[in-house]
Amino acid sequence: MSTLILPAVISGLMMGAVYALVALGLTLIYGVLHIINFAHGSLLMLALYAVYFLNTYLGIDPYLAIPIVLPVFFALGYALQRGLIGPMSSGSEQNVLLITLAVSIIIENLALYFWTSNTRNIDIPYVYDTVELFGAFIPFGRVIAFFGALAVVPLLWLFMAKTRTGSAIRAVAIEKRGAELVGIDVNHTYAICFGIGTACVALAACLLLPTFYVTPQVGYTFVLVAFTTVVLGGMGSLVGALVAGLLLGVIESLCGLFLGDSLGQIGIFIAFILILLLKPSGIMGKAP
Amino acid sequence: MMKLNSTGQVVLILVAVAYLLGVYFISSPVWMGFTINALIVAVLALSWNVTGGFGGLSSFGHAVLYGTGAYTSAILQVTYGVNAWVALVAGIAMAAAVGGFIGALAFRYGVKGSYFALVTLAFAEVFRICAASFDFAGGGSGLQLKLAPGISNIQFADRTVLYTFLLAIVVLVMLLTAWIKYSRFGAYLVAVRENEDAARALGIDTYRIKVLAMAVSGAFGGLAGVLYLQLWLFIDSSIAYGSSVSIEALIGPIIGGAGTVWGPVLGTLGLHLIGEGAKTLLSNAPGLNFVLYAVVLICALRFMPNGLVGLAGRIGPFAKKESKDA
Amino acid sequence: MLEVENLSKSFGGLKAVSNATLQVPEGSIVGLLGPNGAGKTTCFTMIAGFTKPDSGSVRLRGKDITGLAPHHICNLGMIRTFQIVQPFAGLTVEENIAVGAYLHHHERKEAMAVARDVGKRLGMGTLLDRPASALTIAGRKRLELARALATGAKLLLLDEVMAGLIPTEINEIVGIIRQIRDEGHTFLMIEHVMQAVMSLAETAYVLNQGVMIAHGTPRDLVRDPAVVEAYLGHGAAQRLQEDDHA
Ligand SMILES: Nc1ncnc2c1ncn2[C@@H]1O[C@H](COP(=O)(O)OP(=O)(O)O)[C@@H](O)[C@H]1O
Ligand SMILES: [Mg+2]
Repeated sequence: MSTLILPAVISGLMMGAVYALVALGLTLIYGVLHIINFAHGSLLMLALYAVYFLNTYLGIDPYLAIPIVLPVFFALGYALQRGLIGPMSSGSEQNVLLITLAVSIIIENLALYFWTSNTRNIDIPYVYDTVELFGAFIPFGRVIAFFGALAVVPLLWLFMAKTRTGSAIRAVAIEKRGAELVGIDVNHTYAICFGIGTACVALAACLLLPTFYVTPQVGYTFVLVAFTTVVLGGMGSLVGALVAGLLLGVIESLCGLFLGDSLGQIGIFIAFILILLLKPSGIMGKAP
Repeated sequence: MMKLNSTGQVVLILVAVAYLLGVYFISSPVWMGFTINALIVAVLALSWNVTGGFGGLSSFGHAVLYGTGAYTSAILQVTYGVNAWVALVAGIAMAAAVGGFIGALAFRYGVKGSYFALVTLAFAEVFRICAASFDFAGGGSGLQLKLAPGISNIQFADRTVLYTFLLAIVVLVMLLTAWIKYSRFGAYLVAVRENEDAARALGIDTYRIKVLAMAVSGAFGGLAGVLYLQLWLFIDSSIAYGSSVSIEALIGPIIGGAGTVWGPVLGTLGLHLIGEGAKTLLSNAPGLNFVLYAVVLICALRFMPNGLVGLAGRIGPFAKKESKDA
Repeated sequence: MLEVENLSKSFGGLKAVSNATLQVPEGSIVGLLGPNGAGKTTCFTMIAGFTKPDSGSVRLRGKDITGLAPHHICNLGMIRTFQIVQPFAGLTVEENIAVGAYLHHHERKEAMAVARDVGKRLGMGTLLDRPASALTIAGRKRLELARALATGAKLLLLDEVMAGLIPTEINEIVGIIRQIRDEGHTFLMIEHVMQAVMSLAETAYVLNQGVMIAHGTPRDLVRDPAVVEAYLGHGAAQRLQEDDHA
């Protein structure tokens, strides 16, 4: 058994990096807008389909699809916040959650209608070339996903610390009224932030699809994992999301190893419940 | 029983009553069948209304109560040959216990707002995965009741009798809801929703009230699950604990008017009518009714914060601003 | 009736209240004064069970109630109001007061009757059917008092019920409080409005930076240099005296 544990941990880390990337978008949106975006998983699903169709019909390699999918999803996120979630929620936390829930219902059921519930994947032979890491044989695609996701954290951090837009976002996150007073367009900043969050999801889709699959329901699983990651990492904390994502990937992988595939998923949800009950401030965050 | 404030509300309720009684006379199996489904969902909506409406404790995982009612009854009947009525009571009791347990856990640790919604959702998922994985719950293939029509088995060969039975249950649950609304418990629950600190200062044990609300909601939700089981004689993990159950539970009350007696029923009926209309127009496309529900939900959140009942309350000579009584 | 001994509370490094001691005899009106941020509200939250004190004890009619939950304390007959008013915004004035009345009147009819009665006694008779969200500040402050009174509590802790009111409104509420006291209630009130404290309170305590610096009749307190300094800043007492001599 013990010879299986290390490989399980390694492959859990690989998946965990993707969880972290999805959660980064969510935690960014939470940290700045103070809203929980329930549609995050559905947007991931949508991005996975985008990558799938680009590959299947236009033959575009999923990694080369990044410069196409990323801006499109940034714009989609921007429009969603600016055009729908912002104006429709009348500023109440409860309403935002319900509206993003409604958005996810719409996206998922339209996907079901147009693309059916069939499981789809793409066939990129080279991603399955395995790489040996500490006795674990990891598909090349997972390794790319791991380092791709890891690279986003410093990039996002640099963006927040060094650019004008980044400082505007930080200003709005800390003190909305004050930011307004010094002339920052809060609604625009909110939408930018939502756009970046959605772009994270698009990047995750490009990195994930080569070694994963897509169905209309796939977002639902991810959204709960992402919430768990965000809460465990501390709402709004980028580094926290990274650490938590990696940790959850390992937890899931080990639960799968010990409990079998179908029951293994339970580990994530129980972790989520425990984290919400016991430590809603997360590993890195302050009290919500 | 109810203090009606406006012509708009009276008209709205009369239309609903006329429709529910009209089903007897149209003698169309399609209408009857779809209204039967809507009535079961209405019970679920009334369940969500106790916590989400009166208590402001919005749950995203009411399937956990519905599914527990259905599964408890199914396991007792299929595996242990227990009588359907006994199984019904056990299903209700078990769901109430699960509701109380989740509430006790969540509220003990001060979970509220969006976090409560997510916790309930996670519980529903945990239960769904368990139901799909354990053999005593039928595993992946679900549980099937034996077809044995008869009142003693809560199986009705005659659709009209079934319809009457369900209608009576909806009326009963509405009466219980009205009782809650006009009782001390209801007043305390609303106080918790409006301002928990003020409620505590006024001598309310808010923890106890919230846990109690979850248990009552569990009883109603479990009842809805058992009714579904008795109608279709079959459940599996995604029918019982699936996310669409949780969505249906909250959408009706919000559209109809959360925290009212009639709102959850009116909202559910209205939604199902729209959904059914869309199905006929779009030739039974799966899932499209949910798209419509979601669109209606967004519009309701924006344009009628107190639901249909609140909107109707503003129409007519006795109209009150933002009335919530109905 | 109420005995508070050596109550202390810190938030992080900040000592919000240190070793505060005070007594409220039955049937009296006692003031709790002090500049902004002195720790008065924090005292109330500890006494009423909303936060646990770091140390010290609270006794109500001789019974130790330190650390009890707010609803227990309310059941024992002591209740606090909030400086920042906390109405049940979606309910009517009558329903708001009824929530308090339900504590000892379990039937809706009785609770509503008590609510109407209390509302009328506090001069809110014409407002009973209004939504609480439609009240003015004065109305909301009065609603806080009405709700608290409806619980049947005998000892009321009022947190700045007169702040933000105009003089005629203050006079009205002073009259109401005096009348309620004469009906057998006891008050501990945080107040900034000196005029109100002078005319209502028999004795008052002064809190400054978490420390109880003075205790006496309001008339004595305004002449106490320590109190004047606390309110007006360092050296103020001396300047005032020099002004007097000049
Ligand atoms: N929950 C809290 N957390 C941290 N600091 C607090 C908290 N409540 C009060 N304080 C601080 O304690 C001090 C006393 O506050 P308060 O009791 O409200 O004063 P007062 O009512 O006399 O104006 C203030 O400096 C305030 O900032
Ligand atoms: Mg204060």
